[in-house]
Amino acid sequence: MKNITVLGSGCTKCKKTAEIIESIARELSVEVSVTKETSPQVIMSFGVMSTPAVVVDNNLVHSGSIPLREQIINWLE
Amino acid sequence: MFQIFTDFSSWLTYAILGLSSETKLGDAVHFFIEDVSKIFALLIVMIYVIALLRASLNVERVRDYLSRKHRGIGYLMGSSFGAITPFCSCSSIPVFLGFTSAGIPVGITMSFLLTSPLINEVAILLLMSLLGWKFTVLYVFVGMCVGILGGLFLDMIKAERWLQSFAAEALKKGQSNSQTVTQATADGSQRMTIVERHEFAKTEAGEIFGRVWKWVIIGVGLGAALHGFVPDGWIEQHLGDRQWWSVPAAVLLGIPLYSNATGVIPVMESLITNGLPVGTTLAFCMSTVAASFPEFILLKQVMQWRLLATVFVMLLFAFTVVGWIFNAFTPFL
Repeated sequence: MKNITVLGSGCTKCKKTAEIIESIARELSVEVSVTKETSPQVIMSFGVMSTPAVVVDNNLVHSGSIPLREQIINWLE
Repeated sequence: MFQIFTDFSSWLTYAILGLSSETKLGDAVHFFIEDVSKIFALLIVMIYVIALLRASLNVERVRDYLSRKHRGIGYLMGSSFGAITPFCSCSSIPVFLGFTSAGIPVGITMSFLLTSPLINEVAILLLMSLLGWKFTVLYVFVGMCVGILGGLFLDMIKAERWLQSFAAEALKKGQSNSQTVTQATADGSQRMTIVERHEFAKTEAGEIFGRVWKWVIIGVGLGAALHGFVPDGWIEQHLGDRQWWSVPAAVLLGIPLYSNATGVIPVMESLITNGLPVGTTLAFCMSTVAASFPEFILLKQVMQWRLLATVFVMLLFAFTVVGWIFNAFTPFL
């Protein structure tokens, strides 16, 4: 199972990002756990400045926008 | 080139809606339709064009650039980048920490963050079309001065003493090895193709417009109400520049009113054309845009109360001084 964390200070874009990842995972029936991380300290530890950012299994894969569908599918495979 | 919007509004107000140009209502509706149609058209075209130009600029690049700069011009550069770099205010904490952990002094980071809400492409565009280029230049100049001097002041009083402990540690670490941190995000540095720029600009235009259109309607609506219904000379008489206290009062009034620059500029236009002195108007608007409680509560995550209060008082003081100076010099402009 993949652990996906969405980094962001709770803005609407971050919520949307988490929702989209969850719905695509359901669609592809991939098991994931999506968590939202709002602590500035943790966000800083990944060196992220533009949110929302996405971390898959502890690797930062994306930052600065709501990810595209193709990107998400890529991470889930 | 703006005549077309006046004609369109006249046609809609007088011919279609059948209002008389002699009535207050007709006057207010005409003003509303003209301004809203003009601003909407300008916004969509200009946000797209500007986004095309600055597609490859992002906060990561700014950080890398600023961390290599000498302190002296750092404030000026921080403030300039604050004006032109696109970033959402919900990112201000990560940006603050990102800059800090790259070893950039707190003052320079604050120059960036203070200027950012005051000056942006939408604000400049609205100012140009509603209040003319002279006022626009003035506004940009003052906005940058507040950012630069504010940053300088914070470094002079050694504001980093009052950061939250984890942020202070990040700053110390960053200053001792500023080379390593800046390599964390390298993907922003690739060159963009025309198609990518177009895609970026299209998304930006759609997104910004989607966010600000309602502010334009509210702002212009308030402006139209003032325009049509507040008697001529009333503002001048009661809030004119002879009353020194009107400037600090305007600043205080602006704090609980939170708006972005887009919404407040149409209100500015009608306040000024109704006779409110330029300095008082500027003070009010800057306070509305830059000193807001939601923003300050966010900053609490990285700053101790003392620093937070200092920044707040500093901003209120700065806006008041801006107001007084402009009221004093308006006769000479």
